[in-house]
Amino acid sequence: MTLRGKTAIIGAADTEVGVIKHMGATQLCVDAILRALADAGIDKGSVDGLVTCNSMAEPYMYHAEAIAEYLQIFPRYCVSVGAGGGTTFTALHQAASAIASGICHTVVIAMADSLRSGLSRERALAMQSSTGHAQFERPYGATVPAYYALIAQAHMHQFGTTSEQLAAVAVSARKHAERNPAAQMRTPITIEDVLNSRLIADPLHLLDCSLVSDGGAAVIMTSSERARDFRQPPVYLLGVGEGHNHEHISQAQNLTTSAAVESGQRAYKMAGVGPRDIDFAGIYDCFTPVVLIELEDLGFCLKGEGGAFVAAGNIEPGGLLPVNTHGGLLSHCHSGNPGSMFALTEAIFQLRGQANTRQVTKADIALVHGQGGIMSSHCTIILGRESGQ
Amino acid sequence: MNEMLTRNIPPITAETAEYWASCARHELQIQRCLECGTCQFFPRIMCTACSGKSLRWVRASGRGQVKSFTIVRRAVSEAYAAEVPYVVALVELEEGPTMMSNVVVGNVDEIRIGMPLEVVFDDWPEGVSIPKFKPRMV
Repeated sequence: MTLRGKTAIIGAADTEVGVIKHMGATQLCVDAILRALADAGIDKGSVDGLVTCNSMAEPYMYHAEAIAEYLQIFPRYCVSVGAGGGTTFTALHQAASAIASGICHTVVIAMADSLRSGLSRERALAMQSSTGHAQFERPYGATVPAYYALIAQAHMHQFGTTSEQLAAVAVSARKHAERNPAAQMRTPITIEDVLNSRLIADPLHLLDCSLVSDGGAAVIMTSSERARDFRQPPVYLLGVGEGHNHEHISQAQNLTTSAAVESGQRAYKMAGVGPRDIDFAGIYDCFTPVVLIELEDLGFCLKGEGGAFVAAGNIEPGGLLPVNTHGGLLSHCHSGNPGSMFALTEAIFQLRGQANTRQVTKADIALVHGQGGIMSSHCTIILGRESGQ
Repeated sequence: MNEMLTRNIPPITAETAEYWASCARHELQIQRCLECGTCQFFPRIMCTACSGKSLRWVRASGRGQVKSFTIVRRAVSEAYAAEVPYVVALVELEEGPTMMSNVVVGNVDEIRIGMPLEVVFDDWPEGVSIPKFKPRMV
């Protein structure tokens, strides 16, 4: 059995993002769901599946159950997933599998957190200190940017990638965000601005790092047979693939090639398309070097040429492969585990032709890719306007 | 004690007790598989190469090289703030496995990928000895 074209997304919505002081993480999650239900034009009573991920600011023992209880819905499929930034797309994979196998027919996938406003400074620091292996990594005082800097340094050493090329990723994200009124950071920046921002963990400067935000998003998925009955044009899931390589970066078998190779190949194979068929992409951009490695591993350029590919303007508005047209984690918002939800909802808005002034010219097939941990777990999703069935 | 002034002390388990006990003697130990000869780190109850269960602690040479590194300019917590800027590195041991560590070096700008290293031990007042590395003259 293949999931190709079996399921579709019929509703999608973001909450306000950025600094949201008037709502907590639970409220944001529910707000996202209510907005997605309104977008699809359906009542909460028709939801029989719920997939969420836990919040750091307002954690629950069983998060999805807590959200179902809040909404007073009583799904037959209810699960909280935990895979870091890759959570979104593994959640989508599970939801599609549940629908295709007949467990349930209408699944809400919702995630939200308030990393910016919902955590005290002490808790935020403690959270950062708790990343990495408790015995063999944490004692050495690495920060999250430092773990990713190890990857960047290796890529620079192996392929001659430069700080200017890393900076080009951040500049491109900001150019996209300038076109998105919802984005948290919209003031134009230059390569020099990135290079002149303070070093956090060499070679990463402050502007190579993603934002810290509040916000959430939700999508609603159903079977392709039912998908045409709702008010929005359906967006079909054409391919999905995962790759899992390690949990701790010191155990990575390769610092500069990730399991995005496997997740991408699996998704392309299912969808029956290749990198050249992709009109635009959402690529996980928690730190600038991640985008270079993922572009290479997903086949958009050769291994080691990510820096040159980005510096040539290919991922900018109007480029060969516009990437993160909403502004990405670097400029739109990064509220933690839900971060890549916004790349998903953006892909849906673009495929529906609803992205306003940032609408890409040709939007038939999109690829979105999430990774969690420190380049640990990867999930690639390919979406399209036609089911191909 | 102020929580933020506490360094990240390794929570020692039954599986790692031998490793930390050897560190206290200023010896770096890793596991070697008696069936296929592969050395591994972190410690495990099985060999990652052959799934064999006959693992033995052996003393590593303590020599290795920088596989990758970063210079941390913004400390992970206040307990590490006095050490900024400090080097976090992935160290490839002579025996094969990679471990994360700090490289203790006078001038952090001297650090390079491929730099030869040798182990040193930092005795923390909390009662644990942390294996770190310093540049090795060759």
